[in-house]
Amino acid sequence: MNRHLISAGDLSKQDALLILDTAEELAQVADRPIKKLPTLRGRTVVNLFFEDSTRTRISFEAAAKRLSADVINFAVKGSSVAKGESLKDTALTLEAMGADAVVVRHSASGAPQRLAGWLRGSVINAGDGAHEHPTQALLDAFTIRRRFGRGNGEALDGLRVTIVGDVLHSRVARSNIWLLHELGAEVALVAPPTLLPVAIDGWPCSVGYDLEAALPKTDVVMMLRIQQERMNAAYFPSVREYSRRYGLDTARLRQLPEEAIVMHPGPMNRGVEIAAEVADSHRSTIVEQVANGVSVRMAVLYLLLGGLEAAQ
Amino acid sequence: MAHAAHPAGGQPGTTGDSVTNPTPTGGPPDRGPQAHPKTVLEAAEINRALTRIAHEIIERTRGAEQVVLLGIPTRGVPLAGRLADRISQVEGRAVPHGSLDITMYRDDLRLRPARRLGPTQVPAEGIDGQTVVLVDDVLYSGRTARAALDALNDLGRPLAVQLAVLVDRGHRELPIRADYVGKNLPTSQQEVVRVLLTETDGEDAVLLEPVGAAAPSRRGGVTGRRR
Repeated sequence: MNRHLISAGDLSKQDALLILDTAEELAQVADRPIKKLPTLRGRTVVNLFFEDSTRTRISFEAAAKRLSADVINFAVKGSSVAKGESLKDTALTLEAMGADAVVVRHSASGAPQRLAGWLRGSVINAGDGAHEHPTQALLDAFTIRRRFGRGNGEALDGLRVTIVGDVLHSRVARSNIWLLHELGAEVALVAPPTLLPVAIDGWPCSVGYDLEAALPKTDVVMMLRIQQERMNAAYFPSVREYSRRYGLDTARLRQLPEEAIVMHPGPMNRGVEIAAEVADSHRSTIVEQVANGVSVRMAVLYLLLGGLEAAQ
Repeated sequence: MAHAAHPAGGQPGTTGDSVTNPTPTGGPPDRGPQAHPKTVLEAAEINRALTRIAHEIIERTRGAEQVVLLGIPTRGVPLAGRLADRISQVEGRAVPHGSLDITMYRDDLRLRPARRLGPTQVPAEGIDGQTVVLVDDVLYSGRTARAALDALNDLGRPLAVQLAVLVDRGHRELPIRADYVGKNLPTSQQEVVRVLLTETDGEDAVLLEPVGAAAPSRRGGVTGRRR
C-alpha cells in the first residue's frame, strides 16, 4: 500500500481487498464490551476539515480513538486559517506538532495531494472538491460485499451498480466508479446530461439518462445528494422536476430485483433524490453505511500507521 | 498470498517459529541451500502429544466443564480444534473452541510494515468466568502469549488462563511458562522450528532446521516460511 490515501484510483484490487478484509475483522470490535485496541497508542491523527462535515469527521475520530490514537480536531472556524493562513503554513504547523496522519477535507480538488508533498506523515483524503472521497467508496464496497453475503478475499464480480444523480459535483461517485470497477462490479451512471462531466468517456462505466429503464438491471442503486451548495448554475428546471425523473420513490423501488439494495452516502435530501419511505425501508443500507464507515476507516488508519514508520 | 490463510500469528521476532511470513519484505520463500531440516516430531508423535495434552486439560480442570479453547492464528487454531475434539470424545460433550488474533496487541508492530489480521472467533458462551486455554504451536520468547493475555483482557474476565503449546523451544524473554507442553525441544537461537499441520500445510510434522546461512539474526531474520 501507498503511504497516503489520496485517490481510490490508486488502489489495486489487492490493496482494496486487504482494506476490506481488515475492516471485516475490525468490525467485531464494535460488538465487544471494550471497544478499543491499543494498536496506535502514541500516534497522533489530525482531522483537518476546511469544509463542513458531520459523519466523516466523527467517523474518522471514532476510528482513530478505537485504535487508541490521539485525535486533534482542527476546524477552520476559530483557527488561523480564518485569519488568512495558507495551506502550506497550516501543514508546517501540523508537522511541527508531530502529526502522524492528517485526515483532510478541502473544497479544492487536489489539496490533499499538495499536502502530501509537505508532510512526513500520512495524508488521508476525506473529500477534496469534486475530485475524490476514497474512504466513502471503500465503505460502500464493504457494505455491498456484506449485504451480498461475500466473505473475506471475495470481490464484487458480477454485481451491477447504478449511480444516480449529480455525478458532476460528486466526489463520492468518482471514487466509487474507480474502486467498484477495480473490484469487478459493472458500474452504470444515470443522470441528467447537465449533471454529467464532459470527459465521461474515459471512465470505466456506462452512461444512461433513464432511471426506470436501468432499475430492473441493477443489484445496487446508489443515490447521490443534490448538492445545493455547489449549484451556481441552473442544472435542471426545478427540484420537483428532478425528483420526478431521477428520484427514487416506492413505485420505482418495486422495479428493482428482489435482492437489490439502496445506498446513499448522506446527508440525504428526503423527498428530493430519495423518498422517506425508501430511505427507511429494509432495502436501504444508509444506517449500516455509517457503522461500516468506522470499521473501514479503522482499517485504513491501521494499515497506514500500524506498521513500520517509513513503510515503503 | 493475499488471502490464502491468516498468517498473522506468531511471526518471526516473537515466537520466531514455524509460522508464515505474510509480507513481501520478509525474505525469499525458498529454503536456503544449507538448510537440512530434521524431523523432530512425526505425525503419530504429534497425535500422541495432543491426546496427552487433552487428558491433562481434563484432569487439571476437573472434567473441562468450564473450558474454552482459543487457538492463536495461524496454526494454533487447528490445534485448538483437535484438542476440543479429543476432549469431547472423552467427556462426551462439545467443548467450545475458537481463535484469538493477537496482531493488534503485538509489541513489535512498528518494526515491520502493517500485518494482515487473523480471525478472532470467540465462542458464543464468551469467556467470562471460564477457564481459557490458549493454544499455540510453538512457545519461544513468550511475547505472543503476553499479547494474547492483553487481547483476552479486552474480551472479558476469564476465571483462569492457561497455555498449551505443541513445542516449547526455550529462550524465553518474559516471565511466561506453558501449562501443557507437547514436547520440550532444546534449540539454539540459530535454528528454526517449523510446525506443519494437515489443515494448513497438508501434512503433520515438526521440523528443526538451521536459519538460512545469511540471516542468523533473530530479529527480522527469515525464521518462518510457508510452503
